[in-house]
Amino acid sequence: MVYSSVIRERFRSPRFRGSLVEPDAAFEDVNPLCGDRIRIECRITDGRVAEARHRGDSCAICAASADVLLEMAVGKSVEGAASIQPSALLERLEAEIRPTRMKCVTLPLSVLQGALEGREVAR
Amino acid sequence: MTLDEQTRPDFPILTRIINGQPLVYLDSAASSQKPRQVIEAMQRYYERSHANVHRSIHTLGEEATEIYEAARDAVRSFIGARFREEIVFTRGTTDGINVVARAVASMLRPGDEIIVTEMEHHSNLIPWQMVCRERGAALRAVPLLDGGVLDMAAFGRLLSRRTRLVAAAHVSNVLGTINPVSEIVRLGRERGALVLLDGAQAAPHQALDVTALGCDFYVFSGHKLLGPTGIGVLYGRRETLETLEPGLGGSEMIKEVWIDHAQWNDLPWRFEPGTPPIAEAVGLHAAVEYLDKLGMGRVEAHERELCRLTLEALETIPGVTLYGPRNPELKAAAVAFNVEGIHPHDGAALLDERGIGVRAGHHCAQPLMRRLGITGTLRASFSVYNGAAEIERLADAVRALRGAL
Repeated sequence: MVYSSVIRERFRSPRFRGSLVEPDAAFEDVNPLCGDRIRIECRITDGRVAEARHRGDSCAICAASADVLLEMAVGKSVEGAASIQPSALLERLEAEIRPTRMKCVTLPLSVLQGALEGREVAR
Repeated sequence: MTLDEQTRPDFPILTRIINGQPLVYLDSAASSQKPRQVIEAMQRYYERSHANVHRSIHTLGEEATEIYEAARDAVRSFIGARFREEIVFTRGTTDGINVVARAVASMLRPGDEIIVTEMEHHSNLIPWQMVCRERGAALRAVPLLDGGVLDMAAFGRLLSRRTRLVAAAHVSNVLGTINPVSEIVRLGRERGALVLLDGAQAAPHQALDVTALGCDFYVFSGHKLLGPTGIGVLYGRRETLETLEPGLGGSEMIKEVWIDHAQWNDLPWRFEPGTPPIAEAVGLHAAVEYLDKLGMGRVEAHERELCRLTLEALETIPGVTLYGPRNPELKAAAVAFNVEGIHPHDGAALLDERGIGVRAGHHCAQPLMRRLGITGTLRASFSVYNGAAEIERLADAVRALRGAL
């Protein structure tokens, strides 16, 4: 099942969708395959991800992945959050993702890493 | 008997069951399926006649050459070209456009202009961006009117003495819009510009007469035309091809070679460097023969009816947005749409769960997507083997999409 109950639930009722006022870290990127764009903003307190939000224009898999990812990241150290592995994310999504849609899962991960590493958004 | 009832038994792949349902293949604009006649012709060629063409002085080499050149004659007659010298085999539409772009590059001067349209596939845009950058020429684009048709008045204003080439799609790969190509050719040539038509989405769906069209170049792919991948056709008006320097070099395209220079071969081989796609030409030959037997007029009428049925079915479904002309007379074999709240990639994946294959995404036409203010669409496209019952299955599945996630 591509669209697991976790994906459907997180797509319909995201818990971390939105934006932060004056975030400490922010990054956005596009999936070149489909043109999807996702932005992640974080508040960092004492070296930990205290708050995080995502928004953008994306498919259900990407949106759900971002939502689950931020739930995993909040409370972790910056290094810990930046080193979350795709396999951990896939496990939480409880979905059989085909290779063609893997980028939908991993885009939020690379965007979060970009934010935490303080990368500049390419224009 | 309808065209699909007649042709379906020829397409072995159509018996596949996808996710527990009989396959409904509605992605022929990306690549069509192949009839047994094409597959068997290629297999027969490999099993009986394969050798390299043109230089082998032995039975198989001579046979292969004869077979390869016979494919050229078949294509010439299929598209209404006057001379076999006008038919250049390429690797596909993209390759054909690049062959022309490389050849035209050397005649561009700084300040010259190339005109494309806002609805071009990236394949008919990027090669022109590249030559313009290289030669200091400027790229201009004909804008779209809201109905998904070209703004021909704006095209008239864009044309000038600086225009050296006009490159336009015959049929939009997204909107299905049939562009007024005779008018484009007439206006372009009046200004002394070369005119290239991208026929990737037109050649599979209607009878062609490139001579009557009067364009300098017409390009299309084999694999969208029931033929194999890896081969395409570049039609070039003989008078135009004769004036062009080949942009790509290698064997085959030469007559005599010295260490520091060479004499180019005659047309059409001058533009076919290296060993050509021989088996693919055999497959393409079988494909155009197959279509010829069906009759392109009948193919066009059948697909127009599928287009009409799809438009009619989808426009009654709440939450569906259609893109491009609504009049099936102005549209060829492709319908782009979106469903409210459903990302096109999710839509395509959900349709696939019901055995229905459609295209989703930007369709390699990002400037067009930007013009429409969207990131992508779903697209159903048709070929000779699609039937009315499949359109019903599509409509039922689309109806179920809203609220499916």
